[in-house]
Amino acid sequence: MSLRTIWRKLLSGVMLSLTGACALVTVSALFVILGFLAWNGASSLHLTFFTKLPAPVGETGGGIANAIVGSGKMLLLAAAVGVPIGLLGAVYLAEFASTLPAFMIRYATDLLNGVPSIVIGIFAYTVVVLPMHHFSAYAGGFALGVMMIPVILRSCEEFLRSVPRPLREGAMALGASKWKTIATVVIPAALSGILTAILLALARVAGETAPLLFTAFGNQFWAKGLGEPTASLPVVIYNYALSPYDDWHQQAWAAGLVLLGLVVVVNLLTRLLLLRQTAQRG
Amino acid sequence: MGTASTLAGPAGAKPAGPVSRSKALLRRLRSGDEIAHLITLIFAASILLVTALLVYQLWIHSQVSRAQFGWGFFGTSTWDPVFGNFGAWPFIYGTLVTTAVALFVAVPLGLGAAIFLSELAPPKLSSNLSFVIDLLAAVPSVIYGVLGIFTLVPLMRTTIQPFLKKTLGFLPLFQGPAYGIGFLTAGLVLAIMIVPFIISVSREVLLAVPRDQREASLGLGATRWETTWKVVVTYARTGILGSIFLSMARALGETMAVTLVIGNAPKVAASLFSPGYSIAAVIANEFTEATGSLYLSSLIELGLVLFLLTFVLNGLARLLIILTARRGAGVGNA
Repeated sequence: MSLRTIWRKLLSGVMLSLTGACALVTVSALFVILGFLAWNGASSLHLTFFTKLPAPVGETGGGIANAIVGSGKMLLLAAAVGVPIGLLGAVYLAEFASTLPAFMIRYATDLLNGVPSIVIGIFAYTVVVLPMHHFSAYAGGFALGVMMIPVILRSCEEFLRSVPRPLREGAMALGASKWKTIATVVIPAALSGILTAILLALARVAGETAPLLFTAFGNQFWAKGLGEPTASLPVVIYNYALSPYDDWHQQAWAAGLVLLGLVVVVNLLTRLLLLRQTAQRG
Repeated sequence: MGTASTLAGPAGAKPAGPVSRSKALLRRLRSGDEIAHLITLIFAASILLVTALLVYQLWIHSQVSRAQFGWGFFGTSTWDPVFGNFGAWPFIYGTLVTTAVALFVAVPLGLGAAIFLSELAPPKLSSNLSFVIDLLAAVPSVIYGVLGIFTLVPLMRTTIQPFLKKTLGFLPLFQGPAYGIGFLTAGLVLAIMIVPFIISVSREVLLAVPRDQREASLGLGATRWETTWKVVVTYARTGILGSIFLSMARALGETMAVTLVIGNAPKVAASLFSPGYSIAAVIANEFTEATGSLYLSSLIELGLVLFLLTFVLNGLARLLIILTARRGAGVGNA
């Protein structure tokens, strides 16, 4: 072998191992994040952390029960906005749309998907908070719902399209009308995919802070109903992290651990679901 | 994330010929098809409505500020709520600098990892690692912020910044006191956040490169790396550029993590150690305390600027990814 060949082989080996190192660094970032959160947050995770209101400044202890409930409320509202529009929009795109409307709706969806979350917050502020004259769970839920639409729509459309054609044709051949075929054959066949899409979208918006800062705002106490300023998990983490109190920093870590745990569990579950489904099909 | 795979055109089958159209319409009306069509159309069209309303709201609510400052808004560096003088330049500067730092770190890292996942790793390993990377993309941004402020900032202040000052201190980029917070720290946090986007899109684009391209190059005696770098990456370069634009749009609009570590001082400084401010961060911090319509309107105009920036970048990114996907498919079929 000539010197040049040796050099080329050496270079090849070095560069390829460098790409491996890049992958390793990126993947380990996740474990570093998980590790830091568990290390700093686990000690504050007591039962009271989930059941109590935040303690007044200066007292230790207290929990984030109102934030967990508040996040739950706003996620339900968000689902009420995002799921119907996303799912039925996906049915329209996959089953009914002709070229031009399909192009326009896809374009708008992509546009909406790329809008920074803080700008969605401004939007919800001008549309919901300004007319109502105060911060509310409605406004926060609306902002999160708008963020859910493009996520749900794109993945639901893919799942609907992946339903095999013979299934539809079979139903049609039995005399079912198109909507009956969609409602009783196509959607049930794509159901697990649709559910995972909704779950993933919920997990994604559950961690959004920016659109809630000036829509749901925050609250140290229980919010009555949906028309009051409402605490949420991510906003609590943010506020506690910015505070000067060590005890609140501890709680920020713990709340972060809860939030990330939620996100990871949902992602793992949906992956298992999808894997099992593809295994059944294949 | 699945951008490249969602490009398939609409494939609706049209059963009715032109002759029997009116008859077919009548039948479909009776069977409820048209009603279902209409209902789904209304929901789908509401997306157009929401998007249009968003742009409209940003436009009319920034009216006061646009009328007052005009184009000068972008070049002015004062941000003085007390006297009602608002200029966007420090925020635009901060946003651009942090994004540049993030790309400088994230592009080589992401591209390297994407190459490993698409060219070297066995399929099963590649799919599992990709899942971990997707998880990384799903970590809420406020958590990156918390980690940044409690672990990265002290590390930067005590170790990394002094080290950079000692070795690269002759550059104006690495001068001044080491606070820990600032452009550099914000850029690094952003880098970790956008790497997953670069990887997942680039990996898809690289996997779409036809097999015969690799085989031809290897057959001519090129080493594995030469094949990867000169043939595969070159072939996929527009798509990779698209993934970079996509992640750039993410970085520009990222709020919480940056707000926590950038230092929140509206300054234009050459040094990366200096505290700064970004568009998204100033909106997050000052929106609820904005008194007076001019103040609020200026913040909303900043939101409009951010929207337009990400709009242009996302559009470019999508165009590039579509172009590579088309080319890949065309050559693959031939």
